[in-house]
Amino acid sequence: MAGDSTARYTTHEHDVLVIGAGGAGLRAAIEASAGGASVGLVCKSLLGKAHTVMAEGGVAAALANVDQRDGWQVHFADTMRGGQYVNQWRMAQLHAQEAPDRVRELEAWGAVFDRTKDGRILQRNFGGHRYPRLAHVGDRTGLEMIRTLQDHGVHRGIDVHMEVTVVRLLLDGGRVAGALAYDRERGRFRLFRAKAIVLATGGIGRAYEITSNSWEYTGDGHTLAYDAGAELIDMEYVQFHPTGMVWPPSVRGILVTEGVRGEGGVLRNSAGKRFMFDDIPDNYRPQTASDPEEGWRYTQGDKSARRPPELLTRDHVARCIMREIKAGRGSPHGGVFLDISWIKQKLGSAREHIKKKLPSMYHQFKELAGIDITAEPMEVGPTTHYVMGGVRVDSDSQMSTVPGLFAAGEVAAGLHGANRLGGNSLSDLLVFGKRAGEYAARWAKEHSAGSVAAGEVDAAITRMLAPIERAAHGGENPFAIQHDLQKEMQALVGIVRNQAEMDRMVDRLASYRQRAAKVVAPGNREYNPGWHSALDLHCLLTVSEAIARSAAARRESRGGHFREDFPDKDAKFGKLTTMVKKGPDGSMQLSHVPVPQWPAEMQKIMDENTK
Amino acid sequence: MIAAKFNVWRGDTGGGAFTTYTTQIGEGMVVLDAVHQIQAESAPDLAVRWNCKAGKCGSCSAEINGKPRLMCMTRCEDLPLDQPVTVQPLKAFKPIKDLVTDVSWNFAVKKKIKPFKPRPPDHQDGTWSMQQEDIDRVQEFRKCIECFLCQDVCHVLRDHAKHDEFIGPRFFVHTAALEMHPLDTEDRLSELQKTQGIGYCNITKCCTVVCPEHITITDNAIIPLKERVVDRFYDPLKKLWRKLLGKS
Ligand SMILES: Cc1cc2nc3c(=O)[nH]c(=O)nc-3n(C[C@H](O)[C@H](O)[C@H](O)COP(=O)(O)OP(=O)(O)OC[C@H]3O[C@@H](n4cnc5c(N)ncnc54)[C@H](O)[C@@H]3O)c2cc1C
Ligand code: SF4
Ligand code: SF4
Ligand code: FES
Repeated sequence: MAGDSTARYTTHEHDVLVIGAGGAGLRAAIEASAGGASVGLVCKSLLGKAHTVMAEGGVAAALANVDQRDGWQVHFADTMRGGQYVNQWRMAQLHAQEAPDRVRELEAWGAVFDRTKDGRILQRNFGGHRYPRLAHVGDRTGLEMIRTLQDHGVHRGIDVHMEVTVVRLLLDGGRVAGALAYDRERGRFRLFRAKAIVLATGGIGRAYEITSNSWEYTGDGHTLAYDAGAELIDMEYVQFHPTGMVWPPSVRGILVTEGVRGEGGVLRNSAGKRFMFDDIPDNYRPQTASDPEEGWRYTQGDKSARRPPELLTRDHVARCIMREIKAGRGSPHGGVFLDISWIKQKLGSAREHIKKKLPSMYHQFKELAGIDITAEPMEVGPTTHYVMGGVRVDSDSQMSTVPGLFAAGEVAAGLHGANRLGGNSLSDLLVFGKRAGEYAARWAKEHSAGSVAAGEVDAAITRMLAPIERAAHGGENPFAIQHDLQKEMQALVGIVRNQAEMDRMVDRLASYRQRAAKVVAPGNREYNPGWHSALDLHCLLTVSEAIARSAAARRESRGGHFREDFPDKDAKFGKLTTMVKKGPDGSMQLSHVPVPQWPAEMQKIMDENTK
Repeated sequence: MIAAKFNVWRGDTGGGAFTTYTTQIGEGMVVLDAVHQIQAESAPDLAVRWNCKAGKCGSCSAEINGKPRLMCMTRCEDLPLDQPVTVQPLKAFKPIKDLVTDVSWNFAVKKKIKPFKPRPPDHQDGTWSMQQEDIDRVQEFRKCIECFLCQDVCHVLRDHAKHDEFIGPRFFVHTAALEMHPLDTEDRLSELQKTQGIGYCNITKCCTVVCPEHITITDNAIIPLKERVVDRFYDPLKKLWRKLLGKS
C-alpha cells in the first residue's frame, strides 16, 4: 500500500498478471509460471467456474486416433474454410499443428478422456470437421479441462485472486504497467502492478437477450484492451449457435451441444421434414451425405460415408432454422425439433447409449424442461454463443498492439475468421493460452516494471463509487438498462441484419450512454450485484458499439455476419478485416485492413484438403 | 403466472434475518430465476453466486426449504408455492452476504492434497493406453462440479465444525479419483487416516443423497478408501508383512 495514506486500495505486484481463469487464463498462468515469472491470476467468479466449465462437446485436435487420414493439414484447411478465409492463417496453422500436443499434455496432468477400443483418446464428429476430431468426456469436456488445469495450476505457486473484477488497465508511456480492480466480496480496490498482462476474459454474449453465456460475458477484456488503445478486429462476427433451448422461457438460450447431432440427432420442422437436406452450400456438397441413410452411417463411424447436413457449419444451420421458423414451419414454442430418440430404430440399446454419450443433455432436459430426450424430440432455436472478434494480436506471441499486453482465448481474434468450428475454441485456449503465457513471461524478463500514475487510479476509483454515492437521489436501474440494451441488440444486430437497423442501433447507443451516466446502486460496497452490473455497463456498451459499427460497415454476408440486404459474399470484402480503435477524441474509429495473404504452400494444403 | 412468496436470508458476517419478497412465477422458472427477478425488481444488492444456469458450474448452492440444492436446477413448480419458499445460504460455511458464503476453505483443503503423479508414458509419443472400463469409476468422480452441497450436508462439518481435521466428502471424492486413476503412482493413504479424518465419516450417506451429479460418494469413493486405510494401518498381518519387506 506504498505511501497512500487514504488507503483507498491495496497494491499487488507480479511479473505477469493474467486476467481470467478459464482455459486460456489457466493455461497462460501455468506457462508463465513455468517460464520463471511470478504470476497473479484474477477472475470474477470462484476458481473453476469460468465459462470453460460449461463447454460440452469436445476439444478439436488432429490426433488421428479414430481416423488415420486426419492430420494438421486437414484441420487447418477445415478451420480456414469454416472461417470463410478471413482468418489469420498463421494462427490457424499454429493451432492445427500444436493442438494435439496440448491435448496429450492434459492427459499427463490427469485428464481422463473417453477411450477408443484400443485404449487411446476417443474422438467424435462435429460440424465442419472432416474427420472425427473432438477429444471429449461425454458432454462435459470443459469441466474436465478446467478442473485439470486448475488442479495442476494451484500446485505451481500461482497467486489466485478470486472474485476480483478488473476495470481498467494502466499504462506507462503507451506500454502496460498495471490494472485496477475491485474485489466483489468487500468492494475494496486493488492495484495490480505487472510487467506484462494477459487478457483471457472470454466473450460478450450478455450484449444479447438470448444467449448461452453467463453474467461474466460482458466483454470486459475487449473493453479493457480498447480503452488502453489496442485494436479490435472482426467484431461483426458473432456466432449464433443453432441449437439453444427455447422452452421453458426461463431457460431460453441455454446450449444444446452439437454433440447431439454428432451422435446422430436430426433436425425436423413441424411437418416432420428433415429440412437440412433442402439447402446444402456448393462448397460443402461433395462432403455431404446424399440421403439420411448415408448420414447415419457417418455418425456411426463408417469411413466411406459423408456427413449429414445437420453437421454443416453453425452459421448455415442457424440460418436454415430461422428460415423454417419464419416460414411458419417451426415448433410450438418458436424453434424447430432436434431428435436423437429416433436412433432407437437403429440401435437396440439406444436409451442407454444416449444417456452414456450425452448425460448432461439428458439431465438438462429432464430437470429443466421435463422432457426425456431418449423418448421425444427437443425444441431448439439459435442462441448467441461466441464472438469471433476481439483483440488483434500477433499470431505467434499473442501480443496486442499495446506493448506488454497479450490476449488469448475468446477475447482474442483471428483464428476463427468469420465463423468458428465447434471444438476449435477449447483447442484455441490451450494453444494460444500457452503461447501468451510463454511470451508474456519472456517479455517480463526483458522489461522492468513501468510506473503507475496515482492520480489516474484515484480518479478511476471516484468514478466507480459514484453509482453508490448518488443512490440516495435516485436514478437508473442497472438491470433495466442491461435488459433494454440486450433486447435491442438482439432485434437490431442479431442473426439477420440490415443497414437501417444497424445504423439505428449505433444511434441508440448514445441514449444508453446517457442512461448509464445516471445509473445508481443502492446498498453498500459489499457483494452488491447492482453495483457490479452498473460497472459492467461501460463494457457492454463498448462492445455493442464495436459490433454494431463493424457489422454496419461490412456490406456483404459472411459466416456469422448475415445481411438480408446483402445476402451474398463479396470478393472485395473477403480481402478486408474490419478494425476499430479508440480515436484521439475518444470516439470509435473504424477502418478496413487487408486480410494477411498466405504463402503458396498453405494454398496448396487448402486445395488438397478441401476437395 | 402466479404470485409466490420467498423468504430470503439477508445479512452478512454480523448476522441477518429473513426478508419476504413476492414475485411472479411463470412456467418452468427455477429458484435462481426468482432470486434474479427479486434482485431486478426490488433488491438490487441481493448477493447471489451463479454462472451457468444449467447445473454445470456448481456456483448457485443454497438451502431451499431447508435442503441443500442448486438454485438453478430447482423448479419452482416442484415446490409447494402456497407457502413461502425459504432460501438461505449454506450453513457449513461462514456467511459473506445474503446467499453468498465463504467457501475458500475448500480451495485451501484441495491445495493440500497431493497432486496427480503419473507413471512413465507407455508410448514413445508420451501417451498412455487406458481401457474405458478401467476409467469409468474415475470419470464418475470427475463429474464433480464443486458445488460443495455434500460438504454442507455432512454433519462432521455442519454440526461439529471439524474443518481442521476432516476434509469432507468432496475431497474424499477428489482423493478417490486420484487414487483410482490407472496412471497415478502417488500414495495418499497416510494423510487420509491421520490429518484428513476419514475415520470421522460414519457412512450416513447424506452426501450421496444431495449430490446433483449423482456421484455415489459413500459407496464408490469413501468406503473403498476406508478399506484401503484399514488394510494398510489396521490389518496386523499386512502390517507385519510390510515391516518385513521394509516398507513403512
Ligand atoms: C454452453 C457452452 C458450450 C460450449 N461448448 C464448447 C465445446 O464443446 N467446444 C469448444 O471448443 N468450445 C465450446 N464453447 C466455447 C468455449 O467454452 C469458450 O469459448 C471458452 O471456454 C472461452 O474460454 P476463455 O478461457 O477464453 O474464457 P472463460 O472460460 O470464459 O473465462 C473467462 C475468465 O475471465 C474472467 N474475467 C472476465 N472479465 C473479467 C474482469 N473484468 N476481471 C477479472 N476477470 C475477468 C472470468 O471470471 C473468467 O475466469 C462452449 C461455450 C458455451 C457457453
Ligand atoms: S457419509 Fe460420511 S462424508 Fe457423507 S455425509 Fe455422512 S458422514 Fe459425511
Ligand atoms: S461430490 Fe457432488 S455434491 Fe459434492 S461437491 Fe461434487 S458435485 Fe457437489
Ligand atoms: S448456476 Fe451453475 S450450477 Fe447453478
